[in-house]
Amino acid sequence: MNKYPDLKATRHTSQDEGLIFEKSSPGKAAWKLPPLDVPEVDSKELLGSSARKDLGNMPEVSEIEIIRHFTRLSTWNYAIDLGMYPLGSCTMKYNPRVNEAVVRMEGLANAHPYQPEKISQGALRIMKALSECLVEITGMDAITLQPAAGAQGEMTGLLMVRAYHESKGAARKKVLIPDSAHGTNPATAATVGYAVENLKSNANGMVDIASLEAQMNEDVAALMLTNPNTLGVFEQEIHKIADLMHAKGGLLYMDGANMNALVGKVRPGDFGVDVMHLNLHKTFSTPHGGGGPGSGPVAIKKILEPFLPTPIVIEKQDGTLGLEYNSPKSVGRVRAFYGNFGMFVRALAYILANGPDGLRQTTEDAVLNANYIRKGLQGTFDLPYSTPSMHEVVFSDKIQAKKGVKTMDLAKRLIDYGFHPYTTAFPLIVPGALMIEPTESEGRDELDLFIEAMKRIAAEVEEDPQTVLGAPYTTRVSRLDETTAARKPILRWKPAS
Amino acid sequence: MQRYLPKSQADREAMLKAIGARSIDDLFAPIPAEYRLNRDLKVPRQMAESEIVDWFRERSRENGDAYTSFLGAGAYAHYRPVIIDSLISRGEFLTAYTPYQAEVSQGTLQSIFEFQTMICELTGMEVANASMYDGSTAATEAVLMAARVTGRNGVVVARSVHPEYREVLKTYATHQEMPLTEVGFAESGRVDLKALDKAVTDQTACVLIQSPNFFGTIEDVVAVAEIAHKKGALLVVAIAEAVSLGIVQPPREADIIAMEAQSFGVPLGFGGPYCGVIATREKFVRQMPGRLVGQTVDSHGRRGFVLTLATREQHIRREKATSNICTNQALIALMVNIFMNVYGKVGLRELAKQNLAKTHYAVQQFGKNAKVLFDKTPRFNEFVIQTSEAPNAINSRILGHKIVGGLPLKKFYPELGNASLWCCTELTPRTMIDTAARVVAESERSEKGANTSEEEAVPEVVR
Repeated sequence: MNKYPDLKATRHTSQDEGLIFEKSSPGKAAWKLPPLDVPEVDSKELLGSSARKDLGNMPEVSEIEIIRHFTRLSTWNYAIDLGMYPLGSCTMKYNPRVNEAVVRMEGLANAHPYQPEKISQGALRIMKALSECLVEITGMDAITLQPAAGAQGEMTGLLMVRAYHESKGAARKKVLIPDSAHGTNPATAATVGYAVENLKSNANGMVDIASLEAQMNEDVAALMLTNPNTLGVFEQEIHKIADLMHAKGGLLYMDGANMNALVGKVRPGDFGVDVMHLNLHKTFSTPHGGGGPGSGPVAIKKILEPFLPTPIVIEKQDGTLGLEYNSPKSVGRVRAFYGNFGMFVRALAYILANGPDGLRQTTEDAVLNANYIRKGLQGTFDLPYSTPSMHEVVFSDKIQAKKGVKTMDLAKRLIDYGFHPYTTAFPLIVPGALMIEPTESEGRDELDLFIEAMKRIAAEVEEDPQTVLGAPYTTRVSRLDETTAARKPILRWKPAS
Repeated sequence: MQRYLPKSQADREAMLKAIGARSIDDLFAPIPAEYRLNRDLKVPRQMAESEIVDWFRERSRENGDAYTSFLGAGAYAHYRPVIIDSLISRGEFLTAYTPYQAEVSQGTLQSIFEFQTMICELTGMEVANASMYDGSTAATEAVLMAARVTGRNGVVVARSVHPEYREVLKTYATHQEMPLTEVGFAESGRVDLKALDKAVTDQTACVLIQSPNFFGTIEDVVAVAEIAHKKGALLVVAIAEAVSLGIVQPPREADIIAMEAQSFGVPLGFGGPYCGVIATREKFVRQMPGRLVGQTVDSHGRRGFVLTLATREQHIRREKATSNICTNQALIALMVNIFMNVYGKVGLRELAKQNLAKTHYAVQQFGKNAKVLFDKTPRFNEFVIQTSEAPNAINSRILGHKIVGGLPLKKFYPELGNASLWCCTELTPRTMIDTAARVVAESERSEKGANTSEEEAVPEVVR
C-alpha cells in the first residue's frame, strides 16, 4: 500500500490517538466547583453503608486533553458536512445550523418538563406550531409528538390501531408487511402482540394486489406500507390498497421513512392512509448525531384520535396552552415527559426556513437528484426494477458479482473516492443491493463526481478486481474483523493487570 | 430560491435534460393525478434566518428564564461544561450517521466504546450498551429483557419507581402478556419489603426498583436483591439521577441496571432528548437490546471498533429481535461521555458531595416548619415535604420570587396528601433555599393560625 515505507513516521499523534483511559493519571482534572455556600457534610454519616468508596477506573484528565481527544476522534468520522452521504432510506440531508442555535436559547434549553404551565407557554407554543405544520404536510387530522424515534413511532401507531380494533370488538391477530419493508416493521408488530404475515412484491417491486386481496381478511389489523417503498418506488395503486384494507375493516399504516419524496407534492392523508409516523431526523433535518437522537411523531386520522398517548397539548379558554392528561381511551404513555422536544425545535426551524415553496422545491430536488444518478449509472450497474424512481434508486451488484466483487466491496472502495457508502444489502428483495439516496442537499457537481467515482470503480472491477476487494486504502483502519468481534466480544476497556 | 438548496434554475434544467424529462412533473408522474397537491401547503411563509431566531427568542422568553428551580423528579439541573457543546457541534459528530461503515466511523465507535466502559465503572456492571431512548424506556426494555432471560413473565414493580416510568412499562407490558404487580412503600420511603416478599413468586421474571427512588430515598438494594433472587427472579434497578453514582454505592446486587444519564451534561430541554442506558452482566449480553460497540482488529492487525452482536437486532432478526429499537442516542451519549471525562474519578464524587450538602441543608431549613417525610432513611438530592396548605398555592407565591418550587405529588401519590418533591443540586444557591423555606414557614404559620383548610378554594394558578 505504502510506496515509501521508510518515510512513514512511527506514530502520528492524531491518527494514533489512544483510549482516554490510556491518558489518565491521578491528580489531573478538568473540573472546578465553586466554594460550597452551605456547611460541609460527612457523606459516610449521612449515607451509612450506602456511601460509595471509590470510582474505580474513571479517567482523570485535563480540559485540553479532552478537547484534543474528541477532536482527533472526530476526524476519523465521515459526515454530511464533508460530503455526500448517499445512504438509502436514511435521508442524510444538510442539518441547518440555525436549528442548533435556537435550540440552545436559555428559556428552551433550561426548561424543566414539570415547570408550571404558566412559564412553559413558549415550549407548548412550539409543540403546537410543529403539530399543525406536520398535520398539514401529511394531510392527517391529529398527531402525537411523543415517540422518541421511528421505531417507537411505529409501535405507538400500532398501539392505536390495536386500541381502535378493540373498541370495535376485537383486536384482530395479524399485521401484513411487504417483503421489501425495513426490519423495524415486523419487530414492532411483534412488540404490540401481532403476528406478522409477509406480503409478496410483484415484478415491479410494488405490493401485489392479488396477493393482498387473497391475504386480507377480518383477522388483519393493518397493512404496514412504506411509500415510496424501499426501492424508491411510489405505490401507484395506493388507492386500491387503501380500499382493500378499509373494505374489510383494516387500517393502512404508512411508514414515513421516505416522506422526503412527498412533502408538498402529495399528502398520505389524501391517498387513504389512516396512521403514519415521520422521522424528524430524516425528512425534517434534525441531525443524526452518529445514530440518534431521532424523533418519530405519529399522525393519524380522526378515528384514532381518542387513543393518542397522553398528555396532549390543548388550548384553554383564555388562549393559553396546557397539557391534558385525562384521556380514558388513550393507549398510555410511550416515553417519560413529552418526547424529544429538542428535535421539535429543530424540525420547526427547518419548516420555517423553507415555507411552502421551499418544502416543495426540496422534494423536487431530492427526486431530481435520484433520477440524475439513476440515469448516470444505468448500464454500468444492474437495475433490477425499471419502475420509475422517486427520491432513491436501487441498483444491484449482479454485473460486478461475476468478477467476485459484491456490493459491500464497491461500497468500501467508494470511501477512497471521498464518499460515504450507499446502503448495502437492503432491501432484502434485491440480492446485492446498492441503495442510493442523494437527498436534495447535493449540487450538480457533487453528483457528477459521485457518478464518475462509481463508474471508475466499475471499471476497476473489470480491470483488476483486487483493487476493489482490498479497499479502503485511505482510512486509518480497513476491513475490521467483525466475526471475531462477535464471537469473543470485547465490550469495554480494562486496565492492564 | 431556498438557501439550503445548492442548485440554480439552470442546473435543474440541465439535469432534467440529461435525464430526458421535459419538466419536473414528469418525475412525479407515478403519483396518481387525483392525489397530487395542486396548492401551497398551509405552513408559515419562508423566513429569513434573523426572523427564525427572533421567533424562537420570543418563545424562549415566554417560557421564562432565570428562574431558580427546585424541580427534579427524573430531570435534573446540573452545570453543563462549555466544552460539551464545543465538541458535539463538530460536524463530524453532529452530521454523521449510525456507524455501520466502521472505516469512516471510528470516531463515533471509539467514543461509544469509552462510554460503555465508563458506564460499567460507575454502575459496577460488566457490560453496557451504546444507549437507549431515555430512562423510562431503558427501564421498560430491561424488564422485557429479564423476561427473556428467565422465561417468566410476572413483573413486580415498586410504587417508589418514577410514576411515568411505570406508565411506560404498563403500555409495553399490556401487549406482552406480562402481569404487573405494584408494591407500595413503607414509612421509610423505601419499598415495603414484607409486601415485596409476598408479591414475588416463582413466576416473577424480575423486581423493578429505582434507587435513589422517586422520593430521593436510597433503597436497601441488598435486601431487595435477596428477596428477588431467592425466588429465581432478577433484580432490575433504575437510576434516574446519575450524579448519585458519585457518592452512593451502585446497586451491584442488581442483574440489570437501567439508567437515565441526563444529569451528565444533557440539557433539561423540556424533557428530551435524554440518554437511557442498560448495563448488565456479561452472561446476559445476548438478551440485551440496543446497539453495542466492540473492539477488534483490522486486516493489518490494528486496533479498531465495530458495531457488534447485531444478530440480536431488528434489521437481522426482524420479528424475532430482542427489541424493535433501531436508533440510539449517540449524540446525547457523547455529551454524557464528555461530562464523565470532565468530572472523572474525583470530580464526580465532589460534585455529588455538593448535591448532598445542599440537600441536607435544605432539609434542615424546611424541616423547621414543615414535615419532611422519610427522614430516617438516607437520601441523595431530593426530599419530600408535607405542608398544611396545598403545594400549588405555596408554589405560586414562591414563583413571585423567581423560584420554581417542588413538584406537587397529589397527581401521582394522592395518599401523601399535601406533599411535594424538592431537589437541590450544586446549582441551588443557599439564598434561594432560605427564601423558599421562609415562604413555606409563613404558610405553615398562617395555616395553623387560621385552623381551616382553604385547599379547595385555591385557584390552580400553578399546576
